Amino acid sequence: MWEYTDKVRDHFINPRNVGVVDNADGVGEVGSLACGDALKLTFKLDDAKRISDAQFQTFGCASAIASSSALTEMIKGLTLDEAANVTNDDIARYLGGLPKEKMHCSVMGRDALEKAIAHYQGQAVPKKEGEIVCECFGITDLEIRRAVQESHLKTVEDVTDYVKAGGGCGNCHDRIGEIIAEVRGKPVAIKSQPKILTNVQKIRMIEETLDREIKPALNQDGGDIELVDFDQNTVFVRLRGTCSTCAASQVTLKSYVETKLKELVSPELVVSEVTQ
Amino acid sequence: MNIVYVDNNATTRVDPAVVEAMLPFYSEYYGNPSSMHAFGGNVAKSIQTSREHLATLLNATPEEIVFTSCGTESDSTALWATISSMPDKKHIITSRVEHPAVKNLYEHLAKKGYKVTYIPVDRQGRLDLDFFHANLSEDTALISIMWANNETGVVFPIDEIAQAANERGIVLHTDAVQALGKIPVDVQKTQIDLLSLSGHKIHAPKGVGALYVRKGTKFTPFLIGGHQEKGRRGGTENVAAIVAIGKAAELAAGNVGSTMSEVARLRDRLEQGLLSNVEMAMVNGDTNSRLPNTTSISFEYIEGESILLMMNEHGICASSGSACTSGSLEPSHVLRAMGVPFTAAHGSIRFSLSHYNTEAEMDYIIEKMPPIIDRLRHLSPFWNQGKPDESMLTGSECPI
Repeated sequence: MWEYTDKVRDHFINPRNVGVVDNADGVGEVGSLACGDALKLTFKLDDAKRISDAQFQTFGCASAIASSSALTEMIKGLTLDEAANVTNDDIARYLGGLPKEKMHCSVMGRDALEKAIAHYQGQAVPKKEGEIVCECFGITDLEIRRAVQESHLKTVEDVTDYVKAGGGCGNCHDRIGEIIAEVRGKPVAIKSQPKILTNVQKIRMIEETLDREIKPALNQDGGDIELVDFDQNTVFVRLRGTCSTCAASQVTLKSYVETKLKELVSPELVVSEVTQ
Repeated sequence: MNIVYVDNNATTRVDPAVVEAMLPFYSEYYGNPSSMHAFGGNVAKSIQTSREHLATLLNATPEEIVFTSCGTESDSTALWATISSMPDKKHIITSRVEHPAVKNLYEHLAKKGYKVTYIPVDRQGRLDLDFFHANLSEDTALISIMWANNETGVVFPIDEIAQAANERGIVLHTDAVQALGKIPVDVQKTQIDLLSLSGHKIHAPKGVGALYVRKGTKFTPFLIGGHQEKGRRGGTENVAAIVAIGKAAELAAGNVGSTMSEVARLRDRLEQGLLSNVEMAMVNGDTNSRLPNTTSISFEYIEGESILLMMNEHGICASSGSACTSGSLEPSHVLRAMGVPFTAAHGSIRFSLSHYNTEAEMDYIIEKMPPIIDRLRHLSPFWNQGKPDESMLTGSECPI
């Protein structure tokens, strides 16, 4: 079960301002039934151009309903310029916080507010600009960039929690990783790229694997192994103890040592014994 | 507040008789069943009695029962044991609607190079058997199909699947975690090689399960260690829990018949009550072949987590196939495989009963649900003055 704050629970059980404002000045609709949440926000302005009434209708989970309810309370009495400054983090803070996985509910509130303001100002509903990155939820690079920047997101998972991108098939994870890197100005490791190891890295990993996996096994039979050299993917080793006189040592070398190193370090490795 | 518990496919109440049977093994009978003294040996006898109760429930022999820690361990053991005992065969079959314990392991094996065939289901959640038969091949090592589905309760035709598997010498595993104790599970009538079960779904505690391994089935242990369970599962036995699952199996054997018919009567009362009091509600799954205790109902145009939390305010405990309850953004893979529209999948609620439920509880749920649904629909932008708002429903395609 989610850890919701008392305030989230209160706004879910007793939502404020449910419905549609009569003769609304601004209307903003976001989300869809298929995507699992949707919000319709309407507001009316008074003579001083302040928001005198705001109402919502929401389809979604408890935090989506609570975020919408909170939003209507927050913007009442504000001018449109003031309302435009309300961020999704403000909504989450008003509710005493939201579970990380539910942050997209507060983003939905902010998006609906923006659309409603744009609607009042007579701007055409902004068409989705930018490149669609997440095909599953129809999220563009611009939306991802904005979320990364405003909420200081660091990982693909963060982006999914805030704007849903990457929450479906997962094919866009690499692209989201690149966008995060571009926005944050530093490269992030992209998981699916095969690791290219330098020789130094390989040697270190070979040593680790010998110490951790291979030596203990050989020691049990009174044998031992030592790394002598490494050159162009050939691992030169010397067998010691009982291994050095064991008739089956070549089998050990190929079927055990080489297999382990191929598995744990790099499939290109070949093991060669240095005698004397 | 009274709790009305209708989430028995998630877990069940431990039967007081089961608690009573297991408690002495946490105090006076603490011997190790492997020890060479009578104090430990008596504990071993209790394990043997438990094994016999499980064997009776399945119509198996005691030697064919291996105790494990849970249903997932039983599933993992069965699948790994099978594929490692026939390394040359690289094709494995399952359904689109398995529990994650099987589904995620199959996905893992697919990444390891196995060719996986997923049998689709129709709108009622029934397996496409023609597709199944057409995809059996010389290279097929393993078929794993659940006996009954946890989300919809749909019972699969394991008999027919077993016959096809046996004719071709393919190993058949079934996850019977949901079926056991609710419908007859007889491994003599149905020629299954490996069958998983779990204690906490049959009124024993969490942390114990078992795997039935038909005599003669090739088997490689998953937990390699001591000689426990005849070398098929190393590790000192969780004695109290094993005694508990044995006691629960003994009780379940007496419950499968008349007690479960009474559970089915209550389930039908609940289902009918909800369908006739809430408009635009529908049952997911084949009602002609279904567990007696389960109903999955979709309440359209509202979202499952909200429904559950409103029910929670009235002490009613159930589950949902909605995206929001799992922390993922997609609704249940079972409902999606069935092609349940998103309008309905997000608002699905699973009620799963046990013999502890009463008629009064069903009537309480029937009374409490309609106002909850009305309230959430009143909040929903897709619902306007007592019916779906068509103007809001256009352009709402989410291609996942």
